[in-house]
Amino acid sequence: MASTEAVAPRAPIAPGAASSIDAAWARIGPVLAVLAILIALWYAAAVGLNAAQVIERTLSSQPGWGFADLVKLTLSMDRPVLPAPHQIALDLFDSVFGWPLDSPRNLLFHAAVTSSATLLGFVMGTALGALLAVAIVHSRTLERSLFPWVIASQTVPVLAIAPIVIVILGSLGLTGVFPKAIISMYLCFFPVAVALVKGLRSPGVLELELLRTYAASKKHTFWKVRVPASLPFLFPSLRVGIAAGLVGAIVGELPTGAQAGLGARLLTGSYYGNTVQIWSALVMSALLGLALTGCVALAERLLTPGGKR
Amino acid sequence: MRNPPSAAAASTTTVDIQQVSVVYPAAEHTVTALDKVSLTIHEGEFVSLIGPSGCGKTTLLRVIADLEQVTSGNVRVNGLTPQEARLARSYGYVFQAPALFPWRTVLANVCLPLEIHGIEKDAARRTALQHLERVGLKGFEGKYPWQLSGGMQQRVSIARALGFEPKLLMMDEPFGALDEITRDRLNEQLLRLWERERRTVVFVTHSIPEAVFLSSRIVVMSPRPGRIVDVIESDLPADRTLDIRDTAQFTDIAHRVRVALREGHGEH
Repeated sequence: MASTEAVAPRAPIAPGAASSIDAAWARIGPVLAVLAILIALWYAAAVGLNAAQVIERTLSSQPGWGFADLVKLTLSMDRPVLPAPHQIALDLFDSVFGWPLDSPRNLLFHAAVTSSATLLGFVMGTALGALLAVAIVHSRTLERSLFPWVIASQTVPVLAIAPIVIVILGSLGLTGVFPKAIISMYLCFFPVAVALVKGLRSPGVLELELLRTYAASKKHTFWKVRVPASLPFLFPSLRVGIAAGLVGAIVGELPTGAQAGLGARLLTGSYYGNTVQIWSALVMSALLGLALTGCVALAERLLTPGGKR
Repeated sequence: MRNPPSAAAASTTTVDIQQVSVVYPAAEHTVTALDKVSLTIHEGEFVSLIGPSGCGKTTLLRVIADLEQVTSGNVRVNGLTPQEARLARSYGYVFQAPALFPWRTVLANVCLPLEIHGIEKDAARRTALQHLERVGLKGFEGKYPWQLSGGMQQRVSIARALGFEPKLLMMDEPFGALDEITRDRLNEQLLRLWERERRTVVFVTHSIPEAVFLSSRIVVMSPRPGRIVDVIESDLPADRTLDIRDTAQFTDIAHRVRVALREGHGEH
């Protein structure tokens, strides 16, 4: 038999080096443009928001001051209302490179504390979400009894839950990473459960009938069809889950007396009015979030066979 | 009845359908998909079920495959009930859509039923490759389904259905979604495959030329309620090619099918 039917040429032709740089620019260019605009606006806002304080504290005693003096002073305050981007960058750089990794003044130390809680919560949350999804998919009764609770759980604000969890687990002698991981898990399991329910149910009548003609067992249908079919649903939910888990871990660090972690850093920053510290902790948690979701995206690429669907 | 492909095959009944009715209860009026249908299919036959939409041809196929339950009547597949036959994995079924799994390569798709049937990995691989070669897809085993054309995807699904060497192959409008040129070529390939291996084939179609070209027997059905109006024997030579469609013999059989279809319709 001849097989001359053309393969659909969906894979792009390998681009030359020059055009790949062009393509990269086409993608990054707009992002950089927006970034430049945001930074410019930020500087303007910093000058505007800090001006009143600068004028009141310093410039009012120096008659004849000009706009240049105002700008210079507003962008170099110790405790500005809104720190300038370079102040935050410098503080971040100082803290990361100026102190040993195990020092509480190093933001990487706090990032590590927070991410360990996040990761533990993420693993537990994913496991819980998967367990719930499998139970819900397998039994209508469980669906009816569990699903409303799963959804209701997310309407309770995490800020209210966090202190309760910390206090109760603390009274049981559990402190440190575990209570924070529980809060992280609480935010993580929901997107995973919902996506997996949808994913496990995604095989259509046709696919299931095909398996029926093979006289496939429930186990086979589950592992060979339902699970692989659910992966494209699972990974986006994991990305959402790990980001939500990070929020959970940071929130969990707020009521602990703020010993360590990015949440603690945010809290001490606001205790002492150290706005630059707040902002650099904020930037660090954003970077951590990007890194964590990036790891999940990488895992998705490595673990999803079939390339694009 | 015309002489079946070989005298020995005539003695063995593969599918025996007696007085089968399938009725779907509905709020307003019940739908009779099949009304006391009887049909016997012998080993090695190529039987086409042809008729307009709603005549129950697909339902009949699904009844044989235990994908649909009969309301009354009796069905035997290799002497077993459809369910027993299904659990004994005695048939291959090709759906109208290829139903390939996008996360599996072509080879892995063909291996799926073999894996489920507990065949050892290397052996499954060898068998799958062999069947892919038979449908003309050697060299495509590493591709993913989306990289193949519709016709190639359907051939993968045929290779998959043939993988565990079922004696009975059921096909539900397998080429219905393909263009005519591709369909013609696949028809010819399917005929060669049938000639070589003489599996029993039950083939659902609504194309008269397709039915006449492929079949040793054409079962004409009519709708509301679904029933068999005529069974037409075909005695076209076994080594026929697509050219036979221009012969008087072919057009004569096609004409008889058309007349039967019209009569089936005319009664209503």
